Amino acid sequence: MPYDLNRYDGFAPANFREESPFKIHGGCGLMGICDESGALMSGEVPILAMAVQRDRGNGLGGGFAGYGIYPAFPDHFCFHMMYHDLRAKEEAEAILDRHFLIEVAEPMPTRPVKGITGAPLLWRYFMTPHTHMLEERDVSAEDYVVGVVMLVNSRVDGAFVASSGKNMGAFKGVGYPEEIGHYFRLEEYEGHTWVGHNRFPTNTPGWWGGAHPFTLLDWSIVHNGEISSYGINSRYLEQFGYTCSLGTDTEVAAYLFDLLLRRHKLPVELACKALAAPLWDEIDRMPADAAALMRSLRAVYGPGMLNGPFAIVLGFNGGMVALNDRIKLRPLVAARSGAVIMVASEESAIRTVLPAPDEVWTPKAGEPVIARVAGMEPPFHSQLHASPAEISCAMTAVEAACHAEEVVA
Amino acid sequence: MQQSFVQPEFRVKIDYDKCHKCGRCVQQCGWGVYDFNERPVPHDEKCRACHRCVTFCPAHCITIEKNTLAFRDNDNWSTDARKAVWKQAETGGVLLTSMGNPKPYERIFDKLLLDACQVTNPSIDPLREPMELRTYLGRKPDNVEIVPDGNGGFKLAEGAGVHHNIKLDTPIIFSPMSYGSVSLNVHRSLAMAAERCGILMNTGEGGLHEDLYPYQDNVIVQVASGRFGVSPEYLQRGAAIEIKIGQGAKPGIGGHLPGEKIDREVSATRMIPQGSDAISPAPHHDIYSIEDLRQLIYALKEASGYKPVGVKIAAVHNVAAIASGIVRAGADYVYLDGFRGGTGAAPAVIRDHIGIPIEIAIAVVDQRLREEGIRNQASIIAAGSIRSSADAAKAIALGADVVAIGTAALLALGCHLCQSCHTGKCSWGITTQKPELTRRIDPEWGAERLTNLVHAWSHELQEILGALGVNAVESLRGSRERLRAVGLDEQTCRILGVKPAGL
Amino acid sequence: MKPASIAPPAGVIEGYRYVAPAVECDGATVRMDAQGVYFQQLNDAVREEIASGAKLIRLSNVNGQRYIGTGLRVSGVKIEVEGTAGNDLAMFSDGIEIEVFGNGQDGVGNTMSSGRIVVHGDAGDVLGYGMRGGSVYIRGDVGYRVGIHMKAFEKLVPVLVCGGKARDFFGEYMAGGMLVLLGINARDDSQPIAGGFLGAGMHGGVIYVRGSVEPWQCGAEVAIATVGEEHMAELRPVIEDYAKAMGMDAEDILSQPFTRIAPMSHRPYAKLYASM
Ligand code: SF4
Ligand code: SF4
Ligand code: SF4
Repeated sequence: MPYDLNRYDGFAPANFREESPFKIHGGCGLMGICDESGALMSGEVPILAMAVQRDRGNGLGGGFAGYGIYPAFPDHFCFHMMYHDLRAKEEAEAILDRHFLIEVAEPMPTRPVKGITGAPLLWRYFMTPHTHMLEERDVSAEDYVVGVVMLVNSRVDGAFVASSGKNMGAFKGVGYPEEIGHYFRLEEYEGHTWVGHNRFPTNTPGWWGGAHPFTLLDWSIVHNGEISSYGINSRYLEQFGYTCSLGTDTEVAAYLFDLLLRRHKLPVELACKALAAPLWDEIDRMPADAAALMRSLRAVYGPGMLNGPFAIVLGFNGGMVALNDRIKLRPLVAARSGAVIMVASEESAIRTVLPAPDEVWTPKAGEPVIARVAGMEPPFHSQLHASPAEISCAMTAVEAACHAEEVVA
Repeated sequence: MQQSFVQPEFRVKIDYDKCHKCGRCVQQCGWGVYDFNERPVPHDEKCRACHRCVTFCPAHCITIEKNTLAFRDNDNWSTDARKAVWKQAETGGVLLTSMGNPKPYERIFDKLLLDACQVTNPSIDPLREPMELRTYLGRKPDNVEIVPDGNGGFKLAEGAGVHHNIKLDTPIIFSPMSYGSVSLNVHRSLAMAAERCGILMNTGEGGLHEDLYPYQDNVIVQVASGRFGVSPEYLQRGAAIEIKIGQGAKPGIGGHLPGEKIDREVSATRMIPQGSDAISPAPHHDIYSIEDLRQLIYALKEASGYKPVGVKIAAVHNVAAIASGIVRAGADYVYLDGFRGGTGAAPAVIRDHIGIPIEIAIAVVDQRLREEGIRNQASIIAAGSIRSSADAAKAIALGADVVAIGTAALLALGCHLCQSCHTGKCSWGITTQKPELTRRIDPEWGAERLTNLVHAWSHELQEILGALGVNAVESLRGSRERLRAVGLDEQTCRILGVKPAGL
Repeated sequence: MKPASIAPPAGVIEGYRYVAPAVECDGATVRMDAQGVYFQQLNDAVREEIASGAKLIRLSNVNGQRYIGTGLRVSGVKIEVEGTAGNDLAMFSDGIEIEVFGNGQDGVGNTMSSGRIVVHGDAGDVLGYGMRGGSVYIRGDVGYRVGIHMKAFEKLVPVLVCGGKARDFFGEYMAGGMLVLLGINARDDSQPIAGGFLGAGMHGGVIYVRGSVEPWQCGAEVAIATVGEEHMAELRPVIEDYAKAMGMDAEDILSQPFTRIAPMSHRPYAKLYASM
């Protein structure tokens, strides 16, 4: 039975058709923080950083992702689940049970918060794949997990996987970020890397699953701005098999990172250059080798270039990358305080949590700020072989994406 | 001689009170309309309404009017249809004409509107902020392979990246027009303008005159079925090589340049005897199928040191599949010529009734290449009545990389679209080889007008990009989301991949 | 440095509280603690104190509150800000004096008419947008699109001096007034003093850059020249005033040659258009 979010009020408002044939517009605020020494920070840090940027959102979506937050289960896949009702939970759990050894299944710790209503049932699971099933199918654990995410998202009415990585989790919903953070008791977690987001959608009511960050395995992405090149970016991705069914820039940015980092194996610095390409004049002034490289990147990935104002933070288990557009039409401030690197839409967010940073700067347009936790390799999922169509289905759970091709085995 | 039933189309009116009796009109008219007997005496039946005499009459006393001679109304049997029958009954000939299809078929460009930014994303100021039109023409790999450079950075892997692409400063180039069909001065004007604008001109099928050698980096050399002027040197001189399969104005039809037009220079450039007819067969006789095309493409690459090789086809019903085959055969670009494209000479029945609109051709080809995952492997050049920068922007939004302009370029040089190029008597000195007429185009003057036109359109494209909130043309290319249709039927919208306005 | 530790939340962590700031009066001097106070309550309090005769208002613990001094039409009143002033500091202001001991965010002095702003730190993007009078002095680096469309009108001549380095589009569309870029108090010595598109679309006013700029950095509409004595007469008093405000040595600043960037025409696009 196809998954149709229209039927669920609260979880997905009835008047909101999630699979959007239209471009969805919105503004936002964001933050990212990473302690490169691997030391852990309380979840209050991202809440506070988002709280001072409250005026950048409109209460229709807030969210966080934290890394290193489950030290008791560092090697378990942790699924953060959203359910519309108990039936959805039962069906989804049956699938999880079939595929994983479930170590822990528990409701997400939450507390009532004024203004937060219509929350779905929120559960989390710490699990390891059944080894015999991995062997039988001869797939990597990552492919296996993506497959299960797809299966749940596409086959179970009213179930949505909010995050599915190791030692990380996404906490998101409809409300201001500080309310969402309080709701999820974020201050009880500690992580080495956090990203946060405040949403200002202009033409859609929010739904819990639609808040940022968007995740897949342990990638999370938050985004501020409006990409004017959405039309060609989405057609370009469709050419590779991705289905841009949400109509959001974030979805497009997430697929582009998947394409460039995982499938085309570009180093993250160069992937950022493809997405926020230098001007031709600038390329012409570079030394010959660098110019040849940039010219090729731009000529080849031109249809993927994100044109128009944006700031993006990509979080992963081991760091984060922040990037803004090629002529800096959206704000992004960066700071370093000892081993801590932080980015935010406003400097005040930084100074709220890092009152005396060693340095504060405005990153140059199109130049990524990259933070890496010492000793952790950025997991660009070299073990993942999922097709673009499968990635689309897993990330969005939208019917069109899951049925674009027969992606669910 | 038998009295023709066909009455003159135009009336040449001279206000003799103002006329200086200077005789300039007599000298200006390429079609010999005027006799001079103390004052100019026009023979209306020869007039083509090219306005050369009107433009240069010092007294401004000439005007050309339509012959308003009334025919009995008949929506079925138009006046033109009746005249055609009379002409053919008189001559027994195929009616020859020139320039593009003038019939009132739907003009899709005029039913498409572009988007603009408001609030949620900003428009960009095209004059002060960067607004990049640079376009690389040619085959691109699907991805860029990188290796560490040994200093903590990265460099291109051996042989990776983009090669054999042509840098264009703006996505507007000149379409092929052969020396022979147009004059050498037109070719010189186009070549000089191409160099100044950082774009390309195209020899057409008539070879490359040595006067154009200094501009060879801005020239596409064409190889057509007649193989005129094709030598290893010719192939090595061009920036790119184009195999001409077809032309929008006359798909499936060859060409015939009459011997009278083959003077010494034309004959030397085409490498055929002076005065003999230059005949282009309908097909290339070494291309009867797609694998033969591949063979020719690689023969040209071998002979030229692997220059980009493009293939020009007329937009016909099955254009998407044909283009896909061309790309898979190894072409670096596909040149699509819509059914409104111009010509120096074509049978009217062919020009007016064969082919499909360029808008549709771009849409289906771009989509097909994307679906097959080979869109990066070739650029798309679109032509066939690009009348303005707006048409260019819409063509690019539908999926073209580059547009080519022929008729617009000739208009810049003075052409008035009198559709009489096939007579070889063009009063404007464009489509003629008569020295007294070709002199009328000074290449320096022509180059300046063409440069002005390309620059003006480029500025307008920048204005459009700015309104769309993007600062590089690659963000408009194929971005059909930025187009909306007004008054197109649902099926056409679907084929174009464009939503109706309001959605 | 580790992030500040925060006491466990009693309720939702708020970036700001919607309460009036604590105010201490000492004659015409007023101190306000802006710690965690929402911008509306803070700015209301500032306006109230000005209405009741305050001449100097000291705001401590400011962090990101927007619109400080925005829309104020008073002269002889000064606001001192301790901390990071939020977006649109002194926007539309007319006569107020503001001194920031910290950084400014985006939009400082936006469409300001007159008055004086001194920031002892960096400032963000779109600094001095459409400024038509008054002076803005920044000690350190400034972001993208600084001083764009500054304009002069009769006696109103805006002056904006940046002590550090600037990013792209410095002085874009500039129509009047004076922009000065010193490159002295910069964070990163390896960067050029300005980004690209300097003075792009400039059609009035003048930009002085300490040191030199490359032609590629400048818009097509400007002429680049070294500064001669005749121009020092207009630059010197500005530098002296700036040095005084910053506690720097004017002669030190003036010890290096300056480059003068001025528009070639007041109508740069007259030829771009043709009427139909
Ligand atoms: S053909 Fe042209 S030049 Fe000759 S009379 Fe007619 S309008 Fe004049
Ligand atoms: S050119 Fe004009 S003025 Fe001269 S003869 Fe002809 S009609 Fe008369
Ligand atoms: S080129 Fe000359 S003959 Fe051909 S249509 Fe134009 S004006 Fe007429």
